[in-house]
Amino acid sequence: MKLLTLASVMAASMGITSTLGASELLVRGATVYTVSSQGTLKNADVLVRDGLIVAVGTSLPASAGATIVEAKGRPLTPGLCGGLTAIGIEEVSQEPSTVDTTISQSAPGWNQQWRPETDLTLAFNPRSALVPVARVEGVTWTVLAPGLGDGDSGIVADSIIGGQSAAVSLDGRFDAVLQGSRVLYVQMGSAGAKLAGGTRAGEYVLLDQAIREARAQGAIAPGSLLHAAGREALRPYLAGGRVIFQVDRAADILRVVAFAKRNGMSPVISGGTEAWVVAKELAQADVPVILNPLDDLPADFDRLAATLDNAARLQRAGVRIAFSGGDARNARLVRQLAGNAVAHGVPWDAALAAITANPADILGMGATRGHIAAGQAADLVLWSADPLEVSTLADQVWIAGRPVALQSRQTELRDRYIGPLKLHQAR
Amino acid sequence: MKIIARAALFLIGAFTVFAAAAAEPFPTTYQVPASGPVLIQGATVLTGTGERLDDTDVLIANGRISAVGKGLKAPAGGTVISAVGRWVTPGIVDIHSHLGVYASPGVVAESDGNEATSPVTANVWAEHSIWPQDPGFELALEGGVTTLQILPGSANLIGGRSAIVKNVHAVTYQAMKFPGAAYGLKMACGENPKRVYGEQKQFPSTRMGNVAGYRQAFADAQDYLQQWDKYHRDLDQYQKDTAKHGSAGGKDVSVPTPPKRDLKLETLAEVLKGNIRVHVHCYRSDEMATMLDIADEFGFKIAAFHHAVEAYKIADRLAEHGVCAAMWADWWGFKMEAFDGVQENMPMVDFPEHSCAIVHSDSPDGIQRLNQEAAKSMAHGERVGLHVTPERAIRWLTINPAKSLGLQDRIGSLEAGKGADVVIWNGNPFSVYARADQVFIDGALGFDREHPPAKPPSDFLLGQANQGAQP
Repeated sequence: MKLLTLASVMAASMGITSTLGASELLVRGATVYTVSSQGTLKNADVLVRDGLIVAVGTSLPASAGATIVEAKGRPLTPGLCGGLTAIGIEEVSQEPSTVDTTISQSAPGWNQQWRPETDLTLAFNPRSALVPVARVEGVTWTVLAPGLGDGDSGIVADSIIGGQSAAVSLDGRFDAVLQGSRVLYVQMGSAGAKLAGGTRAGEYVLLDQAIREARAQGAIAPGSLLHAAGREALRPYLAGGRVIFQVDRAADILRVVAFAKRNGMSPVISGGTEAWVVAKELAQADVPVILNPLDDLPADFDRLAATLDNAARLQRAGVRIAFSGGDARNARLVRQLAGNAVAHGVPWDAALAAITANPADILGMGATRGHIAAGQAADLVLWSADPLEVSTLADQVWIAGRPVALQSRQTELRDRYIGPLKLHQAR
Repeated sequence: MKIIARAALFLIGAFTVFAAAAAEPFPTTYQVPASGPVLIQGATVLTGTGERLDDTDVLIANGRISAVGKGLKAPAGGTVISAVGRWVTPGIVDIHSHLGVYASPGVVAESDGNEATSPVTANVWAEHSIWPQDPGFELALEGGVTTLQILPGSANLIGGRSAIVKNVHAVTYQAMKFPGAAYGLKMACGENPKRVYGEQKQFPSTRMGNVAGYRQAFADAQDYLQQWDKYHRDLDQYQKDTAKHGSAGGKDVSVPTPPKRDLKLETLAEVLKGNIRVHVHCYRSDEMATMLDIADEFGFKIAAFHHAVEAYKIADRLAEHGVCAAMWADWWGFKMEAFDGVQENMPMVDFPEHSCAIVHSDSPDGIQRLNQEAAKSMAHGERVGLHVTPERAIRWLTINPAKSLGLQDRIGSLEAGKGADVVIWNGNPFSVYARADQVFIDGALGFDREHPPAKPPSDFLLGQANQGAQP
């Protein structure tokens, strides 16, 4: 509890909690994509006070001193979710000293200890250069995700449990973790198999053992997977907690869903390259899928049925979908994912929902995030044109009602070099 | 022409020799497919020469562009395609692909892109690693890609020869090889070579080691060239002597012995002679400048820097040197040498006179949407006052990459006489909603969205668990 206190003191001293300052913002005359039952409102206003949306309508009155922004019909959307990324927990992926995504005890195989108590939010750096790069393009929050670590950094995961995490706001505040979004990550499929004795069957052996240990009382037996903290950490997930399973093969998806439900978890499928094959079953079980709609390559034997129609087929079947590209440095490309999904059959509104409302709902934050409605966090983006079009850019971004400076390491580098170039090459 | 003369001389000498002009090993078997004439009517045409022509027709005959203009007459017995409301561009050329050498699925058995066993492997040829059944080729075709340069990876200072291929489905790579295209040489700057070898406590482990490695390789190639030149002079002299004095020549002179062939130095010697084009994986501007100096030292020319994340810092200099920069729209920061990426890189590199900006993929995903990569860059350029029109931006995907391959007279623009690599898009290609409706290679319809292949063209996917995946 000491940590929490410290965080709130620090936040208060910097004036960055939403309870401070009676700022008011009125965005006037926008095409407002509410991503709610209200649908799209032409020439509408959005009134923001103290970081929250207080009204959405026409001819809304603003107090004296309110900031007024004339949208002139431009699209206004909720702030985008960058998907499952390592923003703030991984700076330069090939530089191990900058990577905090992966816990490794260097003891692969059956005799390892699992550490579900690992909390990746404790590694989050809100001052990462990746944060402004994402938010100047309208990405206002993301869900921190662990890595397998067998790619660039040289750190290799040794457990299919990647640890716990949560969604974070990208406005740079130290208390960035968004309440109620806690989630546990589990790696399944062929990538998990090599961390579970060499077969995906081993994943269930280990998961089952860990679950029994978490439910057991009393002393820790020799050879246990979990420490006492691990047992405690796992328990809430066996009582309806949200668990993201990274899994692609159709057969694995069905098995994971059945296993999770049998053990009291609320499963979310991430990856889901072959999810369209079992779309009906996923819709029936009300299991959401977080996917990259551009994954169309049979990149391995878990993904032979990859197709650009995955998102559209899932959406048509009634599965709740959200989009994630996974690259911490290019979380901004979620709009491009959504636009391409539209080009391949997903209705435009559903594609926008897949990068706003749906991830918020999937992470349990739908009541406060992902929509434009009274009571929602005032994460807003005013776009130059169609927000799903690649030629569109964010004109203005607000997080919790405050305007985001449209500056990043990238814009500063650009500005340093573009002046001299234009001077030399006047034409 | 020197090459031909020398080849003739070799034949006279009845020796097997190293010149590329002697019987090409692994010759192409690609044939321009027979196809009837096609008239595409009423399109918005981006020619690739910098022009946009509205309500314009494109006539294809005998595998070539026959005419581009308004109101062209339909050829007898030909196909007429209405493209009203649609856009037509040259086929896309991707100069940085690993399709076939790092194929899907990405299994150990198909990982053939890096001969990472020695820092200089100029002796290996990417074509010998190409698996023509890589399902990625078809997906690239659906994205409008008609020509690819397939490169070895970047583990080595000098990774080997590239292959230039037509994106046609074939059982052998020879049947994909672009007839008459010069080979490329893959080189790599920076982190990759020094990491791969440094981690094994081998040379090179630093950037200065990298540079020493390139220079020694080319110094060895110079020496090799000199040995062969001397041999040719001696042979010449011997033949003159024998012609003058009869078979024995009246002197005790033995037939000159050719130097031993060295496949590594043979490739580098062809670079020094200007017959192989140099493509350098190089992120940082300072390292690009070093490579330009090395090229000057040894008298070769660099065709293009690839992954040129920092090209915007030296856009003037690249244009002055006539060197192309091949770029991504927004990849950055995955390693230190990519940490200075900006989204305006392409329009900034494009800005100077005589520039040569190229969009490349290095990815089986990115290659499917190179048009969108350009579109993103255009938007970012626009915001900082670098307005790039569609008719200019299409050059990043077509004529500029063709130029870097030395194929600018064969492909890359819609001009009479050029190979008919043509894409019909359902709208402005610089939109996220754009899709290639039809893709022609040398006048033959390679992909037709209205009639997609009923089964995947790749043999690998037949009878697999992907049934129903096709749209």
